[in-house]
Amino acid sequence: MSASSATESPHVELSHVRMAFGTREVLRDLSCRFPRDRISVILGGSGTGKSTLLRTVGGLVRPQSGSVMVDGEDITKLSESDLYRVRKKLGMMFQQGALLDSLTVFDNLAFPLREHTRLDRRAIADAVHVCVEAVGLQNVDGLLPGQLSGGMVKRVALARAIIGEPVILLCDEPFSGLDPISARRIESLLIDINKNRGVTLIVVSHSIPSTMRMADHVVVLLSDGVVEGSPADLQQSTDPRIIAFLSDGADPSVTAPDDLPGTTARGAIPARAERAAAPK
Amino acid sequence: MSRSPVRDFVVGLFVLAGLAAIAYLSINVGGLSYNGPGGLTLYASFDQTGGLKPRAPVVISGVKVGQIAGIELGTDYRARATLDLDAKLALPTDTTASIQTAGLLGDRYVALQLGGEEKTLKSGDEISFTESAVILERLIGKLVHNAPGPNDTTE
Amino acid sequence: MRAIQDLGFAVLRFVVDLGALTVFTLQVIRATLVPPWRFRLFVDELFKLGVLSLVIICVCGLAVGMVLGLQGYNTLVRFGAAESLGAVVGLTLVRELGPVLTALLTTGRAGSATAAEIGTMVATEQLDGLRMMSVDPIDLVVTPKALAMIAVLPLLSALFIVCGLAGGYLVGVGLMGLDGGNYLASLQSAVDFRDDILGSLLKALIFGVLIGLIATYRGYHAAPTSAGVSAATTSTVVVTSVSILIFDYFVTALWGV
Repeated sequence: MSASSATESPHVELSHVRMAFGTREVLRDLSCRFPRDRISVILGGSGTGKSTLLRTVGGLVRPQSGSVMVDGEDITKLSESDLYRVRKKLGMMFQQGALLDSLTVFDNLAFPLREHTRLDRRAIADAVHVCVEAVGLQNVDGLLPGQLSGGMVKRVALARAIIGEPVILLCDEPFSGLDPISARRIESLLIDINKNRGVTLIVVSHSIPSTMRMADHVVVLLSDGVVEGSPADLQQSTDPRIIAFLSDGADPSVTAPDDLPGTTARGAIPARAERAAAPK
Repeated sequence: MSRSPVRDFVVGLFVLAGLAAIAYLSINVGGLSYNGPGGLTLYASFDQTGGLKPRAPVVISGVKVGQIAGIELGTDYRARATLDLDAKLALPTDTTASIQTAGLLGDRYVALQLGGEEKTLKSGDEISFTESAVILERLIGKLVHNAPGPNDTTE
Repeated sequence: MRAIQDLGFAVLRFVVDLGALTVFTLQVIRATLVPPWRFRLFVDELFKLGVLSLVIICVCGLAVGMVLGLQGYNTLVRFGAAESLGAVVGLTLVRELGPVLTALLTTGRAGSATAAEIGTMVATEQLDGLRMMSVDPIDLVVTPKALAMIAVLPLLSALFIVCGLAGGYLVGVGLMGLDGGNYLASLQSAVDFRDDILGSLLKALIFGVLIGLIATYRGYHAAPTSAGVSAATTSTVVVTSVSILIFDYFVTALWGV
């Protein structure tokens, strides 16, 4: 399997990372890379460590061994205060949004700016409104996160992740729990952020179809190892594990962005139905 | 995190109320005062203090005018108390200091009874006339046995 | 055999827990001394922990004072010492009941709320979100709450005592017909600033530290599930209450010397 862009050094690279929680080993001797300015998607069945991998890149968990290079720095060697410095280049969109639930949408978005910049009130308000519009929302300033729908929460979370103008954007299952229309909207927003703002994207996803559509580089976590490549590489792969994964590896309990209305989202016939009916 | 000025005002009131409560307890109840030692320091020796404690009040006609700064054993093996009194007091040199009890179970305190002399006591002087504390048990012993008390210096 | 193993394990876990609590405390101290300082949040917490506890503290203070007045009167009157009621009520409230009961009531109300709030933030990944935005959750969330708790407790304790004294006065003077002047006079003569009031405030301060640190610690290290948050809340109340009573003994013993 060839890496998609072997010409430039990867933005993020993991080498022989081992991540275990107590006795439970989640990542075992994992090595992979995420190319600069591209959209990378992490795929894998449930429990293979996708979220853990993402959190390792963000420095939220520290691996027992191995190195994690982020923009040239090995973050496993950094102290907590140095990590804060590196994180200013990162933005993270959490699965449940992780918005501060006691603050309004406006205050949530303004928060990173108030903390780390010296912008005055007008500049902050402008930046907030630009990001709110960028994710396709309006008139949400005074609402609390509890008053937003699932799709809106995700979009506000995305806005918050990009308002600090990060170089790398980490997204933990941005499509989960959304209806197909909202999920598609998020997908195009992410693509837009990558193309127009030049941000490297690392996305954890359950959905194979959307991955095939948007990814430049795919990292598949299997129970016995990891496989990397472009979407085309994977679809033409002869590796039996990949074939098995692509045919029914999509988690049936999650809605894929292009489930047709009428198809039961939960537990129905997964990938086969998608591929047969996929309108392109 | 709405910045409500009403909330801030209420918090301010709360803090003031708490500090006022602390001040009340310290000053009115606990007897904290910010003037230093009263200014007039006198000494009085007693045969028996009966449990008189430092910081016990010194009163004239029932009004507190100072407190006991300390009690130690004098060279004559009597108890020598240091009285820390209000500087404005003019006490004749034949003033009497007696140890009294506040109520049946109460604490001991010192009461000053003014004399008639012209000259007044100055800071550092000794009060010559003292009455020691009455020890209840001995009083009862006297009544019961109807005999003179023990031969050493009596109450 | 198994029981001994379990005991050893429990002791080890306790020591490890204590070590973690110490590390946590040092982090809070560092966050207090190093800018940024979150004064706004500190004031918000003063409101949530202090002002919102006022009603329960004052009502309970009054009630406890009234009970002390009643019990005290009934006992003292047998010895003909009813005029010392002010002293009895005052000393009991100032030395013990004021700081201890205030601390226990505040633990139940504000301590558990704090642990639950922080625990929920852990469960909903809000603390991770803060970390990813390069904001230290200990600086933003934990420290204002802990410091507010330390500041609030002496204030609430003093208010509790004052309400208690009023309650004792109501019963002794209002109900039982004692002389008001006597009540206050015996109160004043018995209670000394240095021995009693200062010791009382010191206790309240120490209890505030206990509640502030334990509640935030338990919330911060809660398991990110609803069962975890619930466990954090109950263990906060239990551990803090026991610690308060144990520390009460030691402070009383050491201060009286």
